[in-house]
Amino acid sequence: MAAIELRNIVKVFSDKRRGRDLLTLDNVNLDIEANDFVCLLGPSGCGKSTLLNIIAGFEQATSGRTLVDGKQVERPGSDRGVVFQQPTLMPWLTAIDNIAFHLKLKGVGKAERHHRAMEFIDLVGLRGFEHHHPSEMSGGMNQRVGIARALLMNPSVILMDEPFAALDAQTKLELQEELVAIWQKRRCTIVFVTHSVDEALVLGNKIVVMTKRPGRIREAVNFDLPRPRDITSPEFNDAKRHILSLIREESTRLAQAS
Amino acid sequence: MTSVIDVSPARTAFRLTRAFQGLERLVVPALLVAGWEAFARSGVLPPALLPAPSAVLHALGDWVFGFDETTQTYSGHWLRDALASALRVFGGFALASLLGILAGVAIGWSRLFEKTLEPTLQMLRPIPPVSWIPLAIIWFGIADKPAIFLVFLGAFFPVLMNAIHGVKTVDHNLVRAGAMMGANGRQMLTDIVLPAALPSIFAGLRIAVGSAWMLTVTAEMVAVKSGLGYVLWDSYYFLRYDIVLAAMISIGLLGYLSDLGIKAIMARTLRWQQTTTVQGRAG
Repeated sequence: MAAIELRNIVKVFSDKRRGRDLLTLDNVNLDIEANDFVCLLGPSGCGKSTLLNIIAGFEQATSGRTLVDGKQVERPGSDRGVVFQQPTLMPWLTAIDNIAFHLKLKGVGKAERHHRAMEFIDLVGLRGFEHHHPSEMSGGMNQRVGIARALLMNPSVILMDEPFAALDAQTKLELQEELVAIWQKRRCTIVFVTHSVDEALVLGNKIVVMTKRPGRIREAVNFDLPRPRDITSPEFNDAKRHILSLIREESTRLAQAS
Repeated sequence: MTSVIDVSPARTAFRLTRAFQGLERLVVPALLVAGWEAFARSGVLPPALLPAPSAVLHALGDWVFGFDETTQTYSGHWLRDALASALRVFGGFALASLLGILAGVAIGWSRLFEKTLEPTLQMLRPIPPVSWIPLAIIWFGIADKPAIFLVFLGAFFPVLMNAIHGVKTVDHNLVRAGAMMGANGRQMLTDIVLPAALPSIFAGLRIAVGSAWMLTVTAEMVAVKSGLGYVLWDSYYFLRYDIVLAAMISIGLLGYLSDLGIKAIMARTLRWQQTTTVQGRAG
């Protein structure tokens, strides 16, 4: 059984003001195995975030079935950790209280909460900043808190919606490396949405290329280049060339259609 | 000997600028008071109609301490009058805060309350609180109750509006994040929406405490026989403009202090917010 099974997912957004319906996801089928690091790659507006939101339970598919660990997804839940594009931390809580928020909701006492959150503070390299508020930390540090918060729940899958898109290039590289290290250490299942071919190739061992509106799956590419990956190696470039050709075919198809 | 003179010029200059920085906020009030004093003493208007600041200060002093009975029956009774007004403000404001926050959060959070409760409240809102005075007197008589009722009316709507706004504008993604971490409906409200709405709720409380002082004085002019507003109106009948002005100053001062109190509570509660505001960055 796959960790995530998407069966015939269709999502239609109704645009009431213009009296039109917008087909965003058109019959998406995808199996994601446990411990996979899957990158959903596609241009903006291809419905990749919508797909992630459907898995997270934030949005309902118009039709089709979404199973996580064999269970139908109906609403958001702590079995699926989400890392948002913006860190989306509670601004009134310190880093450690943000990370331990899930435990607070479960009624765990403060000492126990902090004790358990410290492990994750260390994991994302924020020791010394545990009592800082989000407004006192940089974007990169806040996103680390967001990752730690998702990991603490020990979810069966972690869903990430372009979490590094708003960061500067250097911080982005750092966090990408650390995310891979965390994934290798903790063996978790990650679904990572991105529009960057390089990011997908640095992170994923499976790259799912999506087509532009309506979103379909163009091809799921397995990519098992050993890590740490050398982004200048011939293998990396071969894979990149292949994925870029998929994307280019797609844009010529769109150009001819219009 | 040498150690005594050993004060670096730079440090002296620094101390001087520090001293002047404290004084700069006094410049405008000092000029105003000086101009007023000069104008009052010039004799353009009879002193009874425009008392000089010194006369007002004298009246205020006697009202507070009762040293020479300039203020006749009020002499030495300031504390009693101020307390009477303050209690009405506090009573009406506390009631308005409690109900305003409850109703505002309910309306902001639940479609049901928004549909059932909000239209009625929004229809009551434009009615000036003062226009309730005739009804308030019939319902509650001439005592503290009609005044508290009016204060409540004046303070309730700012709290309500800001609470609704605060809840409605909570970042949608924070609610999603809460749901992702397993928050149930009640936790969503107490642990996410309410703290996120607090800055807006406090803004409402600050407006409300100002309205509360305005309304208590209005109520005291017609519906009550005690308090700063009553003294103000009573002195007007006797053309004691020095006491009228002393009462105005007292109200302004107490209103200012109430606002400072709320600001202090706000600063403690919203400490997390301080570094994100313009003022926080500047300071």
